[in-house]
Amino acid sequence: MFESNRREFMQCLAWAGAGVVWTLTSGGLTSRALAQAVKSGGKTEGLHFVQISDTHIGFDKDANPDTTATARTAIARINALADRPQFVLHTGDLTHAQKPGTFDTVNGLLQEIHTDAVFTVPGEHDVFEDGGKEYLARFGKDTWGSGWRSFDASGAHFVGLINVLSFKTGGVGKLGDEQLAWLEKDLAGVSASTPVVVFAHIPLWALYPEWGWTTDDAQRALDLLKRFGSVTVLNGHIHQVMQKTEGNVTFHTAYSTAYPQPAPGTAPGPGPLKVPAAELRNHLGLREVVWRANAGQLAVIDTKLS
Amino acid sequence: MKTKLASLAVVLVAALAPGVRAADAAPKVHIENFQFRPQTLEVPVGATVVWVNDDEEIHALYAMDDSFRSPALDGDASFEHQFTKAGTYEYRCSLHPQMKGTIVVR
Repeated sequence: MFESNRREFMQCLAWAGAGVVWTLTSGGLTSRALAQAVKSGGKTEGLHFVQISDTHIGFDKDANPDTTATARTAIARINALADRPQFVLHTGDLTHAQKPGTFDTVNGLLQEIHTDAVFTVPGEHDVFEDGGKEYLARFGKDTWGSGWRSFDASGAHFVGLINVLSFKTGGVGKLGDEQLAWLEKDLAGVSASTPVVVFAHIPLWALYPEWGWTTDDAQRALDLLKRFGSVTVLNGHIHQVMQKTEGNVTFHTAYSTAYPQPAPGTAPGPGPLKVPAAELRNHLGLREVVWRANAGQLAVIDTKLS
Repeated sequence: MKTKLASLAVVLVAALAPGVRAADAAPKVHIENFQFRPQTLEVPVGATVVWVNDDEEIHALYAMDDSFRSPALDGDASFEHQFTKAGTYEYRCSLHPQMKGTIVVR
């Protein structure tokens, strides 16, 4: 099912610099090629931000012995954009299991990005050792609860959710009652015509539960989002680009900057996919999101690091 | 049935091998492709079970009853725990909740 969907929506539109631009075009999404953005130069009026994910700083196995270098490639791509992003979202697994020193490295890397702000949510790798204490101490500024956040930018409302802190009780990714109550309150004051962008680490739909690629109470969050005309959900965790549209909601998973993982069910397990070193950057990437006021849906542009 | 026989064999080998150092004879669970192998292991009371991570990904174990918990196990790292009481111990991976295993101590 996923494979056929991917064929339908992934179209190679253009070359931009050294990178192939993949644009997602199903489900009524409008889009434009990065090449056009680069050519037109100047500042995008409206909303323009970048999503990176799964930097896994500290991972050093064969699938990618130097995840700091590939994260730097992604950052160089961001910094080379003609149109500087207003902010950057990192959708978790900043570190590889909180190995000593890796949060310091990530902090340093994020500061190299030419943008006004970086907003993060943790992945399970960032919190499982200490229940999120170190993450929250470093990245918890202006957040609620265990690190949930919301903010407004250029007429859109953003919500960062955490679905990696209840593994033990939930058995799968879970948001939890407290966070859902907070979400309900947070959305109460937002008008239905406001585009909403939700970002969280683990996909907010049952993408492949056999590999833990699901959030078991995601539907409760989606119910709270039903009244909005446009909802865009940005996730990481599965180290590959997938997309699904369901009514008013479009879901997107992102590339990792560290290593790819197999497509659902195509391998005995979801472990790091080993590809020849020369091809690694074909499997890594970053994402630009552009929206102009009154222009309908957000345009989501996935770019490989190759 | 197969699993039970295999577990029984482990118990028998452990019992019938006097003089073998504990570490060599220790029953092992391999973590491979995000699975515990064997998924269910039967050991005698007092046995020390060794888990070995054969994956490139990090795994970490915790017992559902909180009786044991491993640190993060990078590729090739191992963890051991001695079971001093009879019982059925279910455990999971803290990072990958779909990974489930059981140690039966008799």
